[in-house]
Amino acid sequence: MQMSVSPAKLRDGIGAPKEVPPTVLEKIQSFADERRSFWIVVSLTLLFASWEMAGRIPISFAFPTFLETLSAFGEMVADGSMHKAYLITLQPLVMGVLVSALVGIGLGVAMGLSDKAEWLLAPVFIVLQAAPMAALVPLVTFVYGIGLTAKTLAVIMLALPVIVLNSYKAVRHVNPSLVDMCRSFQGSRVQQIFKIIIPDASPVLFAGLRLGIAAGFIGVMLAELLITPTGIGDLITYHRSVANYAHMYAAVASIIAVSTLTLAGLQYVETHLLRPEKRRK
Amino acid sequence: MANSALARSGSVKAASSNDAVVQVRDVCKNYGDIEALRGINLEFERGNLTTLLGPSGCGKTTLLKIIAGLVPATSGEIRVNGRAVTAPGPERAFVFQDFALMPWATVLRNIGFGLELKGVTAAERDRTARRYIEQVGLAGFEQKYPHELSGGMRQRVGIARAFAVNADVLLLDEPFSAVDEQNRRKFQEDLLRLVELEKKTFIFVTHSIEEAVYVSDRIVLLSPRPGRVSQIIDPMIDRTASPDDIRRDAVYLDVVEEIWQGLRQYAE
Ligand SMILES: Nc1ncnc2c1ncn2[C@@H]1O[C@H](COP(=O)(O)OP(=O)(O)OP(=O)(O)O)[C@@H](O)[C@H]1O
Ligand SMILES: [Mg+2]
Repeated sequence: MQMSVSPAKLRDGIGAPKEVPPTVLEKIQSFADERRSFWIVVSLTLLFASWEMAGRIPISFAFPTFLETLSAFGEMVADGSMHKAYLITLQPLVMGVLVSALVGIGLGVAMGLSDKAEWLLAPVFIVLQAAPMAALVPLVTFVYGIGLTAKTLAVIMLALPVIVLNSYKAVRHVNPSLVDMCRSFQGSRVQQIFKIIIPDASPVLFAGLRLGIAAGFIGVMLAELLITPTGIGDLITYHRSVANYAHMYAAVASIIAVSTLTLAGLQYVETHLLRPEKRRK
Repeated sequence: MANSALARSGSVKAASSNDAVVQVRDVCKNYGDIEALRGINLEFERGNLTTLLGPSGCGKTTLLKIIAGLVPATSGEIRVNGRAVTAPGPERAFVFQDFALMPWATVLRNIGFGLELKGVTAAERDRTARRYIEQVGLAGFEQKYPHELSGGMRQRVGIARAFAVNADVLLLDEPFSAVDEQNRRKFQEDLLRLVELEKKTFIFVTHSIEEAVYVSDRIVLLSPRPGRVSQIIDPMIDRTASPDDIRRDAVYLDVVEEIWQGLRQYAE
């Protein structure tokens, strides 16, 4: 017999013949250790369970349970009112967010790259970001009436400043030694911007986009609640007025879900297109 | 000088030899009110490794970046292969103290990046990059990202990237400062091997006297701010001996002592 036996060998020697199949509990545990999705499911289950309980206590007669809300949602999908509402709400939202993203990143990056652009534009957007936009949304209706343009503008007013300022900050905080590196290998200015500055700025750039899109959702809801009751805003207002609280909550929850999924999609785009190293842990 | 028999030292001569790849002429640098460099005159010969040594803040990085064309000199000029330069060029490549690797790019792409900027085709630059990956001992790590590597391995990527563009002059700013002592020695030996292999001109910045003496053909001591050339030492170490013998060699130890005496006046 050897004098020195490692603890691992010792354990193997004794336990080797019996290959115990993992129990269900162990399987779940190993899954939980590796998968983020497991924790997302747990977190949502907890949220919905406490919602259900709060609805059953009940904390208010106007507060439906989770299951009531879910069935109201099913009903609204079945009768088509959900689709119709989203068709209306998504138009100004998608247009406003797209315009804000393109213009916002463009202006922000320009401000980050050029002092003149910064001096010209930074004050405007700092004021705009500080302004309580909700108070300005009704003013838009004076100028553009209550149509699509007004609602799109409301989205842009909320989304654009935060995207511009984050993009600007992102470019200003690019690692200067990466820029030096690019210069030292005679990279052109265009190469510097597209191969170094934008990828290095992209985490903050995308943080700005996420904030901007969230603000865009606020903008479209404000527009639909304050300017003209249409789309999801109309669903919410209507069901509240007829005391269909489950339906009202279904509309509110659905817009939250759409917003969350959009932001998750954006994160996916970021890690898959621009920063592949963030996928690996 | 006490050890002039062992190590030739003296002030710089303005006379230009034909084999000078890089000439630094009367270079001064001010950052606003701060005078960083004053009247630097130096020549760097082809195939030699020269070390810039001096107290912190004396302008070593500044001088290296002026030679690289990354920072403009306030006055004076830099000549590379006889031509005055003010911007980075293909004859010079820089190795950064903080590695300057793109975190979103694999080792392979980082090493080929200098070639990518020059418009070399993907197949061609991958071939070159793989050759240098082999040389710096990173085979098997081609598809890793920088954050998956140790500090020492990251700097190997930085060095391979500089080699891959096949520049005549390599400028290295404290390349091993983020590397632990054992790896540092390994690095120094690898560097000497690369100097031998590649026949390029190296300008090297370090804080370590031992490192400077071990790797250099010539050591330039700079005075504290404003940085001036205070002394030039040619260690003349016999590099055919084994690394451990060199570190015990009397000449090596004497040169280390001489430099230490030269620098000590600034520390006091
Ligand atoms: N971009 C800058 N703006 C203003 N002053 C600078 C700048 N870069 C360097 N300096 C100043 O110039 C002097 C020389 O700096 P440099 O970085 O070249 O020193 P160094 O010898 O490399 O120092 P260290 O050994 O600490 O790396 C320092 O006093 C520093 O404060
Ligand atoms: Mg330095």
